[in-house]
Formats: sequence, C-alpha cells, structure tokens
Amino acid sequence: MTFRRGVLLSAPAVLFLVAAFVYPFAYGIVLSFTPKSGGPLANFTVFLGDEFQRAAIGNTFALAVPAALICVGLAVPLAYRMRRGIRGERALTALLVVPVTLGPVFIADAMLFYFGPVGWFNRVVEALHLTSEPVRLIHTYSAVLLAIVLTAFPFAFLLLLGYISGIDPVLERAAHVLGAGPWVTFRRVLIPLMAPGIATSFALTFVLAFGVFPSAVLLGEPGGSTRVLAIAAYQAAYEKFDFSAGSAIALLMGVLQLGTIGLVFAVRARLYSGARGGKG
Amino acid sequence: MTAASSAGARRPPAGSHEPAGGQRECLELRGVTKRFGGMIAVDRLDLSVEPGEFLTLLGPSGCGKSTALNCIAGLMRLSEGEIHFGGKRVDRMPPEKRGFGMVFQNYALFPHLTARENVAFGLEVRGLRREEVVRRTSEALAVVRLEAHGDKHPGQLSGGQQQRVAIARALVVEPRLLLMDEPLSNLDTKLRGELRTEIKRLHQRLGLTSVYVTHDQGEALSLSDRVVVLRDGRVQQIGAANEVYEMPATAFVADFMGYRNLLRAEVESVDGHSAVVDAGGLELRGTAMGDLAPRGRAIAAIRPHDVLCHFAAGDGLRGRVEVVEYEGNVFVADILLASGLRLYAESADPLAPGDEIGIHIDPRRLLVFPDQDAPQA
Repeated sequence: MTFRRGVLLSAPAVLFLVAAFVYPFAYGIVLSFTPKSGGPLANFTVFLGDEFQRAAIGNTFALAVPAALICVGLAVPLAYRMRRGIRGERALTALLVVPVTLGPVFIADAMLFYFGPVGWFNRVVEALHLTSEPVRLIHTYSAVLLAIVLTAFPFAFLLLLGYISGIDPVLERAAHVLGAGPWVTFRRVLIPLMAPGIATSFALTFVLAFGVFPSAVLLGEPGGSTRVLAIAAYQAAYEKFDFSAGSAIALLMGVLQLGTIGLVFAVRARLYSGARGGKG
Repeated sequence: MTAASSAGARRPPAGSHEPAGGQRECLELRGVTKRFGGMIAVDRLDLSVEPGEFLTLLGPSGCGKSTALNCIAGLMRLSEGEIHFGGKRVDRMPPEKRGFGMVFQNYALFPHLTARENVAFGLEVRGLRREEVVRRTSEALAVVRLEAHGDKHPGQLSGGQQQRVAIARALVVEPRLLLMDEPLSNLDTKLRGELRTEIKRLHQRLGLTSVYVTHDQGEALSLSDRVVVLRDGRVQQIGAANEVYEMPATAFVADFMGYRNLLRAEVESVDGHSAVVDAGGLELRGTAMGDLAPRGRAIAAIRPHDVLCHFAAGDGLRGRVEVVEYEGNVFVADILLASGLRLYAESADPLAPGDEIGIHIDPRRLLVFPDQDAPQA
C-alpha cells in the first residue's frame, strides 16, 4: 500500500477521533485550567481544600478498590473451576452477561424494590422472625458495592476464563508429576501465568467502578458515604453550573485512574517478570 | 492376541548399575483398562517392568500407548484394573505422591520460570533446603549439558534444549520410575538422533526404570530392552527389541517393523513351518507365523531389502521398475510384477525406471500371517 492510500484510508477514522474525542478532551483540559475566578489551578486548590469535597476521592476509592478486588477474587476461583469447561457452561455464561445488558439503572431499580422495606427480602426475613425491624440494605455503601460487583463481575470473569483456558493443560500435569498438589500447582503455575489477565481484569473492573454514578445516586447515600467523584463533578457542573470546576474534577478522576492502573501493572511486572527470574 | 513372551530373551541393560538409593522396584499393571465413554482406549493390559529396565510402548496414534502411560503416571483414573509399584498398589494414589518423573512431547516447561527454576521446581515443592536445591539443580543441568543456559526462559531455548531441560527436571528428583511420552516427536531429524543417544546414555549411566512411548520403531528398537506393540488398546506382542524385529507375532507388528510389502493372499498349503500362498495369482513360499488353515485369508510380508533384484534372464519372478528413490546407500524401487502386484525392493546396484528385472525371494524371509482383519473362511 502506498503512503497516500494509507493516509486516505485512515482519514475518516482520524477525523472522527479528532472531532469526537481529541477536541472535546483537549477542550476539557483547557476548561479545567480556566476557572471562573482565581489562577489556573484554582479549581483544584478549591476542591482539594474543601474537606467535604475532598472526601469524594476517598469515597470513590473505597468503592472501586473493594469492588475490583471482589470481582477478581470471585472470578479467579470460578474461572479455575471452569477452565476445562463444565456442563451448562453456555447457560451460566449467558446468565452472567445478563446484568451487563440490563444496565445499572434497571439493576438499581430492581434492588430498590427487592431489598426495600416492603420488598421480598425484608418480608421473608420478618416472616421468619429473624429481626423485628426491616433491615436497612438500600441507601447504603454495601448496596452500591453490590450493584457495582453485579455489573463488573462478568467482565472480570470472562476475561480471566479466556486467560486460564489458554494455559496448556499439560503444564498442570507436569507440575503434578513433579510433586505439586492442586493447591501448589494453582499458586506456583496457574496464578503466575494468569497474572497478566488478573492485572487486566482488575484494571477493567476498577475503571468501571471508579466512574460509578447511577448506582451511587439511586442505591447509596449520595450526600455521604457514596458521594463519589462523579457525583461531585455532576453537582459542580449541573447544580452550580460551574463547568470549569466540573471538568477539573473529571480530569482529577482520569489522573487517579491512570495512576492506579499504572501501579497495578508495575506491581505485576515486579512479581512475575518474564525477563529475569522474578517469581512470587 | 499376545505372542512370544520373552522371559529368557531379555538382555540386562548394558552397563547399568544400581539406581540411586539402591531401590529395586518393579512396576506391574494388572488388567489395566481405560474407557472414554463407549470407546476402549486400553483393554486389559497386563505388563510388568523390571527394575532398571527400559520398556517401550509402541504403536500408531490411537493405540492407547499414551493413555496407558498417563494411567501409570496417575494423570488418568483407571476404569478397571490395578497398578502396583514396589509391592504397593498405586493406582488410587494422586500423581504428586507417586514420586515418578515424566517427560512430555511438547516439553511442558513452565514458561514463566527460567530453565534453572524449571529444574528446581520438583525439589522446591519437596521442601528441600536451599543449598541442596541449588547443588542438585546445577548437577542436573550439567548432566544434560545446559549449564550455560540456566538463566534463560523456555522461549529463548531451541526445541532440543527445551527437551533437555525437561529431562533434567524429571531426573533431578531422582524418580523411582521415569516416564517419557514421545519426547522426540517434536524435534527435527538430526536433533532427534542426538537426543536419542543422550537418553540412551542417561539410561546406561543411571539405570532408571523407564517406560517410553513412541510411534517410531527406530526409537523403540534402539532404546529399549523390551518393546510392547499395541493396537486398539491391546497387546500385539511383547518381546526383546531383536525378537520383535526379527519375529513379529502378527502382520500388524510386521507392518510396524519395516515389512513394507504386505500382500493379501490365500493359503494353499501348510507343512509345519512352511506355507504356500496365492497372492493375486502369484504363488509364494514362506514361513508360517501363527495358525494358518488351507483356503484361509493370509498376509504375506517381506522387507524391501529381502526382495533381491537381478538382471539375469530366466524363469521365476519378473517385473518392471516403475519408480526409483535414491537413499544414499541403497536404491528403493517400486516394482510392478507381471501379475499386477507391486513390490518394494532395495538394491545396492543402480536401478532405473523401465528396467526389466528378475526377483528372488528367500522363503525364510517371507512371513505368512493369518489375516486378523478378514473374516476367517
């Protein structure tokens, strides 16, 4: 292919990216550094200086890190069990993908009714005389965490299942004959070989959870423990109509996510390097 | 059908000495059967392997040889039967408790570990002291002459080097039994020959009881004290390498042992060890192998180098050379006989396509087997 044809062929894609991504992205950055009042960094100093606002960073991490850990923590053993395929695998996979297709609002709505004061869950609990008062499950941190795990888990699981079923089964057999039982084989052979998949699925679920918005509003305490960065950005932009401050918070989110993902991959590279004998 | 057991004919492994630890443990398979669904992969296999012996399971793909090896290793559960080792029943024991070593066709090295770490794996999971792990790992790498490559990952090593790492990894734990599943099949011809010699050298030096699986008769013959030929999960013949080569028990074994000419025939007469058959209008005299009945279906087998070609005129078998392949020391010719039969012949003298030649077959070299696959008349 000639250079000219290459340029022509890639032009639509490049134009689209510039119009739909590069320009808005650059515009947002510029917007972040041109606050309504004060110097270029005023948005950031104001946000970080306010204790209530600053708490949103902690709130977001407090949801995203446990959510990603739970998803990966559940997905690894399940993928391990299913690495050679199981009966009804297709049905199970379909079942797991359903929450993804339903969307967070639908799930939040369903959870509101099911776990609500007069929902099935509380009615059963009361009928069994386990408690005298309805259990408060919605409008809590846990409800948001559960909703995130429900939507993010399928991604983590399917990604890890792909990784683990790509590992040559003969390696496990070799480890067994060499004296390693199932647990030692899992820890010393499968986990290191799955490490790239584990890091990727952690990063993926972390990013999904980090941007949580509908679940945090509908199921959580949007004024308290689940006031995440997305809510803070929304309030700045659409309640106070300060788009510059909203952009700054969104930019902060991006930087924090990139930093965390960078950390995850750095740890993985240190633990299981391919180059020189690093081993967990 | 089992034939030609070999109690007397087994040679002791030349130059071997007591294996490490002085253990003299015998491996015994009793009625080992493995089914996959309705398919029988291994059918009532009885086998005993003497201490220090090198035994090979030989057969085409799908004959059950690898399945049998996996059963011995503990990687597959038996459907029926028992496996005993050193006087103890082991078939219910998980593979990690058996203390065997195994080498796989595709090396099965752990890709995230260096060659040295791969070799050390078995020692580390046994919980040996750090210094001992290091010392024995270095020794094992030296045995397979890979000291210089210890810090490389499997991906940085050639196929032959990888398989030598795999052999070191299996040997370093001083296994009570060494199992090898087509270890040379992924290598090119030259490396295969080198590594074959290496395996033989290691066996002579260490005297490890070994069970080897291959579909290559050359490997089986050159490495083994005894060969077990399998077909469809059943034993066709067990015998010393030379026995199986010189006196194949069935037409199937003969096919595997280089009897490239296998002619469908009908038995005309049998007289003791001698039989006369009719192979598509051609009358041939040969040595009777097994029970032959007059008018029964038979297979006449002869090796290409036992089909002698000559240019002298006269009666007897005559044919025309159709294709000639030069193989360095011999010419291999595809010869069309007047009766329409084809024979492969080897000749030291040059042959050319179109040559009209005479053929002589020594009746002692022509083996006549009952045709197992044909309904007996």
